[in-house]
Amino acid sequence: MKELLYYIKSLFSFKWLYNLVELFVEKVLRLSMETRLGESIHFFIYDIIKIAILLSIMIFIISYIRSYFSPEKTKSILSKYSKVTGNIMASLLGIVTPFCSCSSVPLFIGFVESGIPLGVTFSFLITSPIVNEAAFSLLIISPAFGMKIALIYVVTGVLIGVLSGIIIDYMHLENEVEEYVYQMQVADVAVQERDSKERFRFAIQNVKDIIHRVWIYLVIGIGIGAIIHGAVPAELLIKYAGPDNPFAVIIGVVLGIPLYSNAMGTIPIAEVLLTKGVGIGTVLSFMMAVTALSLPELILLRKVIKPKLIAVFVVLTGISIIIVGYLFNAISHLLM
Amino acid sequence: MNIKVLGSGCKKCKQLEANVQEAVKDMGLEATIEKVEDFKDIMSFGVMSTPALVVDGEVKFSGQLVDVKNLKKYLI
Repeated sequence: MKELLYYIKSLFSFKWLYNLVELFVEKVLRLSMETRLGESIHFFIYDIIKIAILLSIMIFIISYIRSYFSPEKTKSILSKYSKVTGNIMASLLGIVTPFCSCSSVPLFIGFVESGIPLGVTFSFLITSPIVNEAAFSLLIISPAFGMKIALIYVVTGVLIGVLSGIIIDYMHLENEVEEYVYQMQVADVAVQERDSKERFRFAIQNVKDIIHRVWIYLVIGIGIGAIIHGAVPAELLIKYAGPDNPFAVIIGVVLGIPLYSNAMGTIPIAEVLLTKGVGIGTVLSFMMAVTALSLPELILLRKVIKPKLIAVFVVLTGISIIIVGYLFNAISHLLM
Repeated sequence: MNIKVLGSGCKKCKQLEANVQEAVKDMGLEATIEKVEDFKDIMSFGVMSTPALVVDGEVKFSGQLVDVKNLKKYLI
């Protein structure tokens, strides 16, 4: 097993790409790899191509798996569960059910109308954007993070969704939902089954879609990462945002909530921050804060939810993320 | 043929509408193409994830963007 992993790793180590780009930089651009400029350009090109390839493969695989799920299927599964089990199932299904955040409103209405408890619906809505396939893929690919941390990220995404959802249920905020939602009749559509050709096309379309949406954030993120890498001294960051700073996590989350960019852009930056000594909990919670809560989605949700519930949603999610951040900083020596 | 593109205005939904228009043109079909943006109307079809395609009252697919080439088989 170990040998097999080793061979796969060598194949995927991209040495061939490294050499190719090196040739390009030295022969075509006529820059020496010894110079700062040559090395930076090499890094930039090599990293972008490598990430593009790996990302495409991972997103394809994940999308193919996701093609077996749909919001309609999820709704019929969830309507069979009650309270806490429902929250857990909802979070887990939130990971594998593909849905675009512009569908938040129909989805919310559909779930609530079919009798799924409010908190369970929220568990789905919270975990879903956090554990998105692109962020997960990038975490696995990135040398600074890796599979272990990617899995931890997923587990915490689920935890946050489940806990926030349970609390929302407990708070009985059903009357903070716009009344008409409960009065809507939603037709029950026969769930469409896909054959393998359609799944393949769905997966490919997703890859194209995500790369298209995300490449610019990635490039900017890698660029900013490169700048921080070169320009910001590690000591400065450790002093203000290292694992021992009690405020680092709170600052990170508070900064992250209003920021809405694709999670993608944050990962290269997070990577660099990590290597500069910022705590892993701080970094992960910043990433989650950016992705879990987005202003466009909140504006959309206002159509179905009254401001009080929106506020509860934001605060609960924010607090859970902060708690998780501190937790991971505390046990960071076990993780890295 | 009556074609409805269900979607509330995000990029994917607009793209689907454009793809449908092109596919219909390519195939020389006699069809009306409507964009349904109001989510109450969208939900009356039982659709929860957009973009979605409805042809002559039947939901062909939901929750994904389909390109022009693959769209055609839903339009026969």
